[in-house]
Amino acid sequence: TDVIIESSVGYFTEGPERKDDIVKAKQEGKELTKEEKQRLRKEKKQQKKSKEKKDDKPSRDSEKEKKPASAASPAPQTPTQPPAQKAPSAAPAPVPVPASETPSAADKPAKSKAELKAERRARQEAERASKGKKGDVGPQAAPGKPKAPPSELQPVVKRLPEHVQVDNPEVLKKLAKKLERQQIPLRSDYGYKVSLFSHLHQYSRKAPLTQQLGIPSTVIHPAIVRLGLQYSQGIVAGSNARSVALLHAFKQVIRDYTTPPNEELSRDLVNRLKPYISFLNQCRPLSASMGNAIKYIKKEISNIPSQCKEEEAKRKLLNCIDCYINEKIVLAAKAIAKYSIEKISDGDVILVYGCSSLVNHILCEAFEKNRKFRVIVVDSRPRLEGREALRRLVQKGINCTYVLISAVSYILPEVSKVFLGAHALLANGYVMSRVGTSQIALVAKAFNVPVLVCCETYKFCERVQTDSFVSNELDDPDDLIVTRTGTTQLEHWQEVPSLGLLNLVYDVTPPDFVDLVITDLGMIPCTSVPVVLRVKNVDQ
Amino acid sequence: MELQAVLMAAGGGSRMTDLTYNTPKAMLPVGNKPLMWYPLNLLERMGFEEVIVITTKEVQKMMSTDPKMKLDVKMKLDVVCIQEDGDMGTADALRHIQQKIKTDILVVSCDLITDVALHEVVDLFRAHNATLAMLMSKAHEFTETVPGQKGKKKTAEQRDFVGVDQSGKRLLFMANEADLEDGLSIRKSIMRKHPRMHIKTGLVDAHLYCLKKAVVDFLADNKSISSIRGELVPYLVRKQFSKTTNCPKIKDDAEDQNQKKNDGSTNHELLISSRDEPLLQLAQDRSCWNDHRGDMSEAYHGGKLRCYVHIMDEGPCYRVNTLAAYIEANRLAPKLFEEVPVHPSAVISERCQMGSDSYIGAMCQIADKTSIKRSTIGNSTTVKEKVKVANSIIMHGVTIEEGCNIQGSVICSNAVIGRGADLKYCLVGNGQQIEPEAERTNEVIVGADQLMEI
Repeated sequence: TDVIIESSVGYFTEGPERKDDIVKAKQEGKELTKEEKQRLRKEKKQQKKSKEKKDDKPSRDSEKEKKPASAASPAPQTPTQPPAQKAPSAAPAPVPVPASETPSAADKPAKSKAELKAERRARQEAERASKGKKGDVGPQAAPGKPKAPPSELQPVVKRLPEHVQVDNPEVLKKLAKKLERQQIPLRSDYGYKVSLFSHLHQYSRKAPLTQQLGIPSTVIHPAIVRLGLQYSQGIVAGSNARSVALLHAFKQVIRDYTTPPNEELSRDLVNRLKPYISFLNQCRPLSASMGNAIKYIKKEISNIPSQCKEEEAKRKLLNCIDCYINEKIVLAAKAIAKYSIEKISDGDVILVYGCSSLVNHILCEAFEKNRKFRVIVVDSRPRLEGREALRRLVQKGINCTYVLISAVSYILPEVSKVFLGAHALLANGYVMSRVGTSQIALVAKAFNVPVLVCCETYKFCERVQTDSFVSNELDDPDDLIVTRTGTTQLEHWQEVPSLGLLNLVYDVTPPDFVDLVITDLGMIPCTSVPVVLRVKNVDQ
Repeated sequence: MELQAVLMAAGGGSRMTDLTYNTPKAMLPVGNKPLMWYPLNLLERMGFEEVIVITTKEVQKMMSTDPKMKLDVKMKLDVVCIQEDGDMGTADALRHIQQKIKTDILVVSCDLITDVALHEVVDLFRAHNATLAMLMSKAHEFTETVPGQKGKKKTAEQRDFVGVDQSGKRLLFMANEADLEDGLSIRKSIMRKHPRMHIKTGLVDAHLYCLKKAVVDFLADNKSISSIRGELVPYLVRKQFSKTTNCPKIKDDAEDQNQKKNDGSTNHELLISSRDEPLLQLAQDRSCWNDHRGDMSEAYHGGKLRCYVHIMDEGPCYRVNTLAAYIEANRLAPKLFEEVPVHPSAVISERCQMGSDSYIGAMCQIADKTSIKRSTIGNSTTVKEKVKVANSIIMHGVTIEEGCNIQGSVICSNAVIGRGADLKYCLVGNGQQIEPEAERTNEVIVGADQLMEI
């Protein structure tokens, strides 16, 4: 009986060349030859040594079944034939069988063991077949392949972020659990979602998250609650404004933070920030710039040496935040303005879309440097942000025209340049910006008008997207209900079963429509974004 | 900590002296619970864990003996006593507790009964970084007959004129009719900034205010302001549009220095700047949001001081400061809070006809053949046989002898109604005794010592 167990182990130690013999032997339930048994015994001893260091999984099949679901590993289902009812561990090579199990298993008669093996194999085959795993050759082949640790064989599968999987109930359940753990209320979706976008969240402004929070908010720092409210009501809108407000709130959090005893600031503060970030995400999905700012802050916090005193650590962090804002936003804006002014010549007619803080800044700077140009502000519903841009430009004294986006093809023959702001620049060169930007870029391309995108480098994002559907933001659909002197035709849109209101916030513009990207590093073509990202990562 | 709650329970109930000369207003029973239980319950439901209660010694004593207060209120109450007869206004009281105030405050009056979603008010306070956020409600008509009132209810004793902007949230103008002898005048600067103003008069001030901590500090310096509602709020509303708010630059001239010093104290609350004011300003500059359209100014017109109001359209919101309000509240408050109609310790005989909207307090004894409809009966009250009680409020410890007929009346604590008495729309004061077979209609029966001297 000892022998038999060793032989079974040997099935997995052998390479493919012995496979057929062993397979045949197993299927016929015959005993192995003496040489084989000796070889197997030797190899078994080797594995026992390596096995000592690793733990076995307690359950067999369940573990194996689960693993292919989560990871696309090629050979997860190595059913262990050993009588020891232990699943294959994460050992690099064959399945080791614990020596302790062998005596007990050894007591079984040899014949019935072979039968058991055959039964087990048959059962696993059936399970495997029902799961439709075509990739696996079969339980026999699996031993041939080395059972690599999951991390090695598993391809690097990037998990989809939660906010684009809203129609998946498991993801929602996981999110609910996570929020419950962090003691943050879950914001529920509102209204009928257009089917193409049913994988995104859609919230109503009339149901703020603070409804479910206690009034003196103890779980979440008051500055963060205030910020979340301002995000969800649109008081702080615009990529730069949101990042600055976020860092401001973090400064207050850090100021009010005290390290609990037996904890380290570098670890505890990061954990403290996690629920705040979840809360802000629930109020309004985070922007790419905010994401980068958060990454930076977390990195800075974790880099605080443990012997640093709390006061000094806090001072350092506050300083870091100030520096970040100064460098990445304020000075970057100055640099971009400097570059763009070179591109603005006298007599230019510049078209801008919506309200981009950076583009407004550029135009104001150019005007102060006495360039002669006029601006055409294009606006779109429902946000009508162009009105704010118009106000700021006219206040400076710039000559402005205001049109809605439906008139853009009429106005374009007059235009000499188009300046666009960006919410984020994606790694494949696509520009993510307010919905309507891609339209403007397209029409401008058709008219051969150069399109220049202005974007700071901290908005560069490692994501890749080629369409506006996969990842976007759905705003409150009630914003689309127009009131004209008392009549709101769409007021009862929810009662019409086939009607859905869609209020998209972002869209992506392909790099073919963008002629130049002006960043604080200089003027680069759209396709150089991954280079900048790579350089940035190397720097860090 | 975000907000500290302050409950003002020292008020004397000057508009309903008949009820309050013996019982402090804060402990008047409404639906068999002391009046101050209602705002405390509101705060507790919202999530507050501590409340600073400003009250008199008498109320504090009564609070410690009242079972409802002890059992139902789980929050920690920090009671601060002030002199009863001192002329301490609400703002004076805030000044008194200035040391305890560490953060922004939420001031509530003890006579507020409402189930407003407080987050509506507090969200205005948070989102717009406001100095003041308050709650108001559309006034409800009181339908019940008020005992002791002769003739029609006198109209609009002192109306409040409240001016709000187009969105209905920003408070632009607040004045009481008493202060407007020559008429209502609105400054041109306000009209220029907010060309559309809605002026409302039918609003009830719920006396619920969210104030920034800097306002409390300002009060400490300005001892002339003694009432929140009467003086502080109109002052803050006016100050939103004062010229100095928009020019925070401090010049270095000597004379300006002096002037700024004089104004410095009054402008104290205007310098509500957090430590990262430039960052906040940067965020606001970069944000593409504006609270108004049509003119060239930035969001909030650059003003740092902002006052907001949340006006409740529907839902109960009562301030129990007059007799009519008291009666109305007694009618509606128990329904709001789903009070158990009959307290378990009350002894009610089987042959008593009790309406479904009557509320019997603890340890009452209701004898046979009584009929109790639409009434509230307080604790430890004895009602003997053949008594008919309808539409009335009976407070604690009252004895009603046989055969009485009480309609639409308010009987205060410890009164004794002799047998066979017939009271319609009367108010019987504390500890009074009504002689048997008395017939009173529409009268206020109080002791001689409580009669006001004119």
